[in-house]
Amino acid sequence: MKIAIASGKGGTGKTTLSTNLASFIAESRECVLSDLDVEEPNSGLFIKAELIHKEDKFKMIPEWEKSNCELCGNCQAVCNFNAVLKMGKMIMVFPELCHGCYACSELCPTNSLPMKQKKMGELKSYKSGNLNFIESKLIIGEEQAVPLIKQTIDYVDDNFSEDVIKIFDSPPGTSCPVIEATKDADFVILVTEPTPFGLHDLKLAVETVKQMNKSFGVVVNRHGIGNDGVELFCKEDNLDIIARIPNDRLIAETYSRGELLYPTIPSVREAVEAISNYIDNIRGQAK
Amino acid sequence: MKEIVVISGKGGTGKTSITASFAYLGGKELIVADCDVDAADMHLLMAPDFGKSEDFYSGELASIDQDVCIKCGKCQDVCRFDAIPIIETQYVVDLLGCEGCGYCARICPVDAITNSQPNVGKCYTSGIRTGSTMVHARLSIGADNSGKLVAKVKNEAKNLAEKENKTAVLVDGSPGVGCPVVSSLSGASFVVLVTEPTVSGLHDLRRVYELVKKFGIKAGCIINKADLNKEVSDDIKIFLKEEDIVLLSEISYNVKFTEAMTNGKTIVEYDKEIGNIISESWKKIIRATRSVGDPK
Repeated sequence: MKIAIASGKGGTGKTTLSTNLASFIAESRECVLSDLDVEEPNSGLFIKAELIHKEDKFKMIPEWEKSNCELCGNCQAVCNFNAVLKMGKMIMVFPELCHGCYACSELCPTNSLPMKQKKMGELKSYKSGNLNFIESKLIIGEEQAVPLIKQTIDYVDDNFSEDVIKIFDSPPGTSCPVIEATKDADFVILVTEPTPFGLHDLKLAVETVKQMNKSFGVVVNRHGIGNDGVELFCKEDNLDIIARIPNDRLIAETYSRGELLYPTIPSVREAVEAISNYIDNIRGQAK
Repeated sequence: MKEIVVISGKGGTGKTSITASFAYLGGKELIVADCDVDAADMHLLMAPDFGKSEDFYSGELASIDQDVCIKCGKCQDVCRFDAIPIIETQYVVDLLGCEGCGYCARICPVDAITNSQPNVGKCYTSGIRTGSTMVHARLSIGADNSGKLVAKVKNEAKNLAEKENKTAVLVDGSPGVGCPVVSSLSGASFVVLVTEPTVSGLHDLRRVYELVKKFGIKAGCIINKADLNKEVSDDIKIFLKEEDIVLLSEISYNVKFTEAMTNGKTIVEYDKEIGNIISESWKKIIRATRSVGDPK
């Protein structure tokens, strides 16, 4: 069972919810938490667990070998991303523009552009009791998050059985990284805040998950602040509000120290409990 | 003409509220560019008139003509993005998975595959209530190429600023460190980092500044919600000192940010005290950009 925690707007509480929910569930059974916000992964700041495995993650990019190259320029012609250029008697490869499609390499008549590994990030796996935590971090300067997100999901798929609850802390926004992080999910939780920015970005997020045909629900964070726009929107659109987490300076302070909230803050415990029950319910229905 | 880019690494630090305040303070001297095209919110505070809109096409998407396809499966073999599944005995392109590399079309033995440029969003040029102009965009859901749309928004804003002889382009950047941020940063004269004293805020600040350093751009920092955690606030200040980043101001944790937004106002219009702090920061930014050369 895969649950993606997403939001259009950044800073609404995806990481807060992911880490607290996963830790709460892990009190009673095995749970996987995976941070797919590989550009700015933060879940690891809240999870105290033992590092059990780490590995470099690579993307494949072509490397020019000039010995047999006839400078025909086919590589440049087939690259849709301007990542391969023929300049005078040289072939230049721009790794940051390359999407790793292999076209230049496999269509080269003299095999002069073999694909080579290039490190794009690092995956780490941690364990604490029932909680398994997997995070990946993109190297600064690498522009494409999607390949690393994909490989991280593959790692989780390879290492944990299907019935284990898996929580995916997704990147913000509505473009390709979010699609990659949520497309395999059985259920998506959209975290929002009851402000005009929160509402605007929630609408975009709802449109995105609807287009992907996902079942989803909403969690309202910082409840009590702002206005009732989000509540009205959810009511009109018949969206389930699974839980509300109150706006509370104590929550913000506890979060600022990198601490989990539900062990000390009853309102948060109530919320994660409600979400955990909700997840069990959907699992029951799916079986 | 200068280019001032506001970014934060982490979302929810108050970046857009503060950028909108700068837009208000800079008034007619500025062209505003909302480059957070994934979740563009600045228009909610700027009352844009959506005066001019333009469809934006970018990249490529493959499609397979089923009448021509001989089901040899070569396209599926070469696709590195697993974007050509078989659905009801037909090879079809998964539009969300297709990267638009065009490899499949090139090797199809019967030319059954064609590529077309998808509409990835809309780009707007709007008059706003500060008496100036804002360039903003709306990315189509799940669209690739948000980096290219960012570049488009920025270039439109730059051209306008040059044409109308404005002092600067003010850019609201996106969260993260990936392609949209890289696009926002290229060509910047000065970067404003908006952070918060939380372990996540500092962690993300360090990462995004590593990127800023690669571009060699001078930066200043605003610590929002500064009183939330004194220890982390101090850690941030040490970091700023080590990296020679100007501390522009510290703003206390205040629900007035949300109240202002709920009223469709910038925080500088809504609260005098916070307004003064932000206006001081703005003056510092303007002074700092004077010593930097114009972007190419």
